[in-house]
Amino acid sequence: MTTTTVRLPPAQPPGTVLGTAPAIAESADAYRASGGYGATTGPGELLAHLAASGLRGRGGAGFPAAVKLRSVRDRGGHPVVVANGEEGEPGSAKDRWLLRARPHLVLDGLARAAAVTGAARGFVYLSDPAAGESVRRALAEHPPPLPVEVVETDHTYVAGEETSVVRRIDGGPALPTAKPPRPFEQGVGGAPTLVSNVETLARIALTAARPDLRDTIARSTLVTLSGGPVSPLLTEVPYGIPLRALADRYGNPGAAGALMGGLFGGLVDADALDLPLEPDALIAAGTALGCGAIHFLAPGRCPVTTAADAAAHLAAESARQCGVCVSGTAAVGKALYGLAAGTAGPDTADSLDRWARGLRGRGACGLLDAAAGIAGSLLRSFPHLVRSHLAAPCPVCAGAAPADGRHRLTVAVPVVAGAPVPARPPRPAPSPTPFPLPALKGTP
Amino acid sequence: MKLLLDSTRCQGYGLCQEPAPDLVELDEWGYARLITLVVPPGAEDEARACAESCPNSALRLEG
Repeated sequence: MTTTTVRLPPAQPPGTVLGTAPAIAESADAYRASGGYGATTGPGELLAHLAASGLRGRGGAGFPAAVKLRSVRDRGGHPVVVANGEEGEPGSAKDRWLLRARPHLVLDGLARAAAVTGAARGFVYLSDPAAGESVRRALAEHPPPLPVEVVETDHTYVAGEETSVVRRIDGGPALPTAKPPRPFEQGVGGAPTLVSNVETLARIALTAARPDLRDTIARSTLVTLSGGPVSPLLTEVPYGIPLRALADRYGNPGAAGALMGGLFGGLVDADALDLPLEPDALIAAGTALGCGAIHFLAPGRCPVTTAADAAAHLAAESARQCGVCVSGTAAVGKALYGLAAGTAGPDTADSLDRWARGLRGRGACGLLDAAAGIAGSLLRSFPHLVRSHLAAPCPVCAGAAPADGRHRLTVAVPVVAGAPVPARPPRPAPSPTPFPLPALKGTP
Repeated sequence: MKLLLDSTRCQGYGLCQEPAPDLVELDEWGYARLITLVVPPGAEDEARACAESCPNSALRLEG
């Protein structure tokens, strides 16, 4: 297992998601001192700011936040809001870091999303125990204006998919369901439900606090950068920065390409590193920003190894609900493993091409699409390598031990130190509230 | 009219393809793949027969 812990950057200016002390869990007092919880921006005004800034969801799909909020609000009834902190992408650490370090920023965003949609109940959905502890402590420190419950799940690739989230909160397994209906139509308990990534909610809270900075807030994003000779890095960058500048600046000089967006954006070659880190530009180029996890292909490593690692991860993480996903991810994984191990048959390229075209949109969630994308992007970005691997075994791939590849893409969340203990006596235990706040359960 | 496939229910029986060869095809493992989401005018009966053919109710009609 070669999992490496992500580095954190130094202090960032106020108005960023990273904030002024990324390595320390932020207390309610510190959050309030930075302008948090106090913003007077009303729900309608906030929605208008989000629509104007064009803030996109940070979970991977990049859907406009204002449109999603409005869709839930307009369904009427008694909507539910969910902060989704379960990041299944192995190369991403940002969401778990955010819950560990800045729980109040996320909870403030959740309360504001509730105000916009008219929701009376909220959930924080996560798998990381340290994140759960941090959120429970934050809820006790600053009780939110609506009941908020922490729901924990097992850490899997599909557990953060929006229908998995709803199913788990409703007491079922964290597995995707067929769509429609989508959660905004019929979610938790049948109610219209906003399932929003925690970074998106953080940016909503920042927009409420600093509407004057709304465009900067919407056009910056957390990224988890890995793959190079140095430890992976979590940082925050503006849209538009060229991928190559990111690689060069943050310890991956001379990258031969990248695995983009977690596993969803597929592989891109060195020329594609001239692309700007911008959702639409990346989609237009056939790749994706996804959740902002970028695994650079270090010089001297073979992109075929990385493709095989990614496919192995997806095959292992298939929820095994859809037969086509079980068969499809296994087939892609086996073919790419064969290519890396030097045992691939002559029809491998044709098979990969057929699966790349034929498996998209076939599963209940996007996992199978990601496998199809890995196959297709390897053929598109590195056709010469596919040919050379079919002609003769690759010494670089052989040296990388293809069999234990999937863990090479996994990064570990940075440890966040506890907030300094305030120099005052502890408060007496809270008296029982008229309705139970389940989130307080388990609070130390 | 739309023909919807729930991939989690498709077990690869392969019975859906015969009544509706223009709407559904079977992949190399025998799982159903929709050729078209929107049922073309005139193919409604075919779509109904297709949906009814699945022993596991993986196919349904909407609209």
